[in-house]
Amino acid sequence: MPSVCFYFQVHQPMRLRHYTVFDSGHDYFDAHKNASICKKVAQKCYLPANRLLLEQIRQYEGRFKIAYSITGTLLEQFEAYCPEVMSTFDALARTGCVEFLGETYYHSLSFLYSREEFLDQVNKHTQAIKYFFNQTPKVFRNTELIYNNDLAALIESTGQFDAILSEGADHVLGYRSPNFVYRPQGCDTLKLLLKNYSLSDDIAFRFSNRHWSQWPLTAEKFSHWVNDANGMGHVINLFMDYETFGEHQWADTGIFDFLKHLPEQVLQHPDNSFKTPSEVVAEYPVMDSVDIPHLISWADTERDLSAWLGNAMQSNALHETYRVEKLIKSLNDQDILNDWRKLQTSDHFYYMCTKYFADGDVHKYFNPYDSPYDSYINFMNIMDNLRQRCVEKSGTASTLDIVEVPAKDKVKVSQVEPVSDQTC
Amino acid sequence: MLGWEFPPFISGGLGTACYGLTRAMDSLGLRVSFVLPKVVSGQYASHVKLLTPGTSKRNMSSYTMQELKNVMFHSIASTLQPYTLPEDYELSEEHSEFIREHFGQSLPVSDEPCNGMHYGQDMYSEVHRYAAVAVSLAFDESFDLIHAHDWMTYPAGIATAAATGKPLVVHVHSTEFDRSGEHVNQMIYDIERAGMERADKIIAVSHYTRNIIISRYGIPGDKVEVVYNGVESNGSWSLMTTGIDSDEKIVLFLGRITMQKGPEYFLRAAKKVLEVMDNVKFVMAGSGDMMNRTINMAAELGIGNKVLFTGFLRGDDVRQIYEMADLYVMPSVSEPFGIAPLEAMNHDVPVIISKQSGVSEVLTHALKVDFWDVDEIANKIVAVLKYPPLQLTLRNHGNFEVRKLRWIDSARKCASIYEDVLMAVC
Repeated sequence: MPSVCFYFQVHQPMRLRHYTVFDSGHDYFDAHKNASICKKVAQKCYLPANRLLLEQIRQYEGRFKIAYSITGTLLEQFEAYCPEVMSTFDALARTGCVEFLGETYYHSLSFLYSREEFLDQVNKHTQAIKYFFNQTPKVFRNTELIYNNDLAALIESTGQFDAILSEGADHVLGYRSPNFVYRPQGCDTLKLLLKNYSLSDDIAFRFSNRHWSQWPLTAEKFSHWVNDANGMGHVINLFMDYETFGEHQWADTGIFDFLKHLPEQVLQHPDNSFKTPSEVVAEYPVMDSVDIPHLISWADTERDLSAWLGNAMQSNALHETYRVEKLIKSLNDQDILNDWRKLQTSDHFYYMCTKYFADGDVHKYFNPYDSPYDSYINFMNIMDNLRQRCVEKSGTASTLDIVEVPAKDKVKVSQVEPVSDQTC
Repeated sequence: MLGWEFPPFISGGLGTACYGLTRAMDSLGLRVSFVLPKVVSGQYASHVKLLTPGTSKRNMSSYTMQELKNVMFHSIASTLQPYTLPEDYELSEEHSEFIREHFGQSLPVSDEPCNGMHYGQDMYSEVHRYAAVAVSLAFDESFDLIHAHDWMTYPAGIATAAATGKPLVVHVHSTEFDRSGEHVNQMIYDIERAGMERADKIIAVSHYTRNIIISRYGIPGDKVEVVYNGVESNGSWSLMTTGIDSDEKIVLFLGRITMQKGPEYFLRAAKKVLEVMDNVKFVMAGSGDMMNRTINMAAELGIGNKVLFTGFLRGDDVRQIYEMADLYVMPSVSEPFGIAPLEAMNHDVPVIISKQSGVSEVLTHALKVDFWDVDEIANKIVAVLKYPPLQLTLRNHGNFEVRKLRWIDSARKCASIYEDVLMAVC
């Protein structure tokens, strides 16, 4: 009886241009780079995957369903650089078999720093989805599946959502299976769907790994694993980055063939089905409540926040970002507000991660910078300029100086004794 | 082992490297006879225990150092100096005197650096005299393999290998292209090339240097192995208080003031930094053939009052300057390895290093720049001084990273190369 619930995360940040301390322009974003990456990923992933899934949905006439969460920062880039991708998503939306989820428009970490800003971004995203796809999101997922009880309570209090998604991390589930619908601790109506990370990662990470004992993974083999859950679960939540198809796993790994044959193989078993998150929460009962007081995420093996908040640079950059919130919101300047919000995208902080830096793993592959230090320097130079702009605009004396400017008159001769030869 | 620098006579990275490597080999139990082109004078008798001063050969002395049980040193009377520094000129004079005494001939002593060359007077005859003595020494010693450090010892290595039939390993710490850019000294190049061609195996201090060996000297790649340098761990220095209470930041350049090290890029970057920050001093520690030019350049740029020249520093002074520095910059034009940044990190000083260096291959927790990109150097200097979390993160990770670069690993790798070479010969 298990239902397969696919949700694909579709996101690209607005990458920053090289910005030194000597720059003073207000163009923080690298339009050229963003356009070329957007077009490249569209060719490799978004377009072929959208076309394939559209075909499948039409072929199975309502029996194959999926869900997307598309960020505002990427919707803006699709509009500007790849309108053809927008039209394929639009076609998917019209099938009635595709659900669009809610999240923060800017794929930000705002929940951690400002509830007000967080809710503003959630609303902005809801409006964008309504505008582009004529749907009102009923299921929420936070950036990188970052989650705790407080987030669930906040989302429930908006009254806009029926359910929320998170990671089915072992350390919160214990003996329990992620294959049921749960209730967040402290919530009355909101339901919780948890990612089956084992089966999700079989596709997202292990698919092309030739050292994996299960390689090669076929649709037939995968559907057997789905069948194995029969009688031991209601739903198998397969949550992953959409870029898995064609970008993380290249086309020559056979990932598109896998996707093409999966509906057929899964639906061969009469008890199986595909459902969207909203259908899952409408159909299956809550089995238990799950208490998650500490923040979790779907990142790395730690499933915590250390990819964005693991070192002093990241915490400083985030702190500086949200420190100017009040000032920015007092200005009523749309350009400044938009720039500030695009700087909140979690990727900017992820690039500063030093966790596995030396090993050259996944963090490095998706990092446009040579090193986390370069990304921090660039970000802080921009943040510094943005702050200056705000201060100039508001005309107030800067009480928010990022840099303490030391007294000039206290110049003291250093203890190094120049050894002669000093003519200057 | 044929070398030319060893503590306490160090004017560059080579002596540090030979010391670190030899010490690690000593602890591995490898027996090393280290032949030095240095005059044994009373000056370093305090550092070194002389076991058999002035033994078998007239112009040679052998001794061991107390701390190195498996290493026997042999010094040959020679004026060979790897780099010319004002300090070295003084030594040269001393050497010439020594040679006059021992060889009964007079050498010209000049105050001028030899027409912009990096080496002492009449170096070719010195190189060959060193070679001749090394060969005669070889007949009295029993050893399995010859390990020669940089070009001045290659003729000695080649001659000794020819005389004894033992395999030769040459260790390239620097090439003529690093030292002189495109204006190579043909004679030195020829010696380097001859040594590399004759060698059974070549050890390069980085892939950067390995590429130069392959592309500029036409050596097949399978003959060239990379062995990175290490750094001596300095224990608890970072826990000492510096006693500096100044709101001025200190940016440090430490190295020979010569074309190869890029002092002019340091100054140009300093000029740019001072356009946006005021509370910074730039300290240039070292001396070299571009010293006067560099001082003049600082004055011409109008930042003379912000740049301090300390001259050549040793021992405690080096430690002290590291402790004062907020940032170390190595803008080298071409740096085969570069041990100094590792020492800076060892002293908890964050570093900016040139991408044109071997050390940038082994460091991840360092800021990297192209030496010619003055704007970017300045940008990064400002960032380190302006954003304390950057300094903190670099320091924390860097200190940890640098502890993993140990001489013992370099020595082990050399030992395994020795084994390969000896296997091939047998």
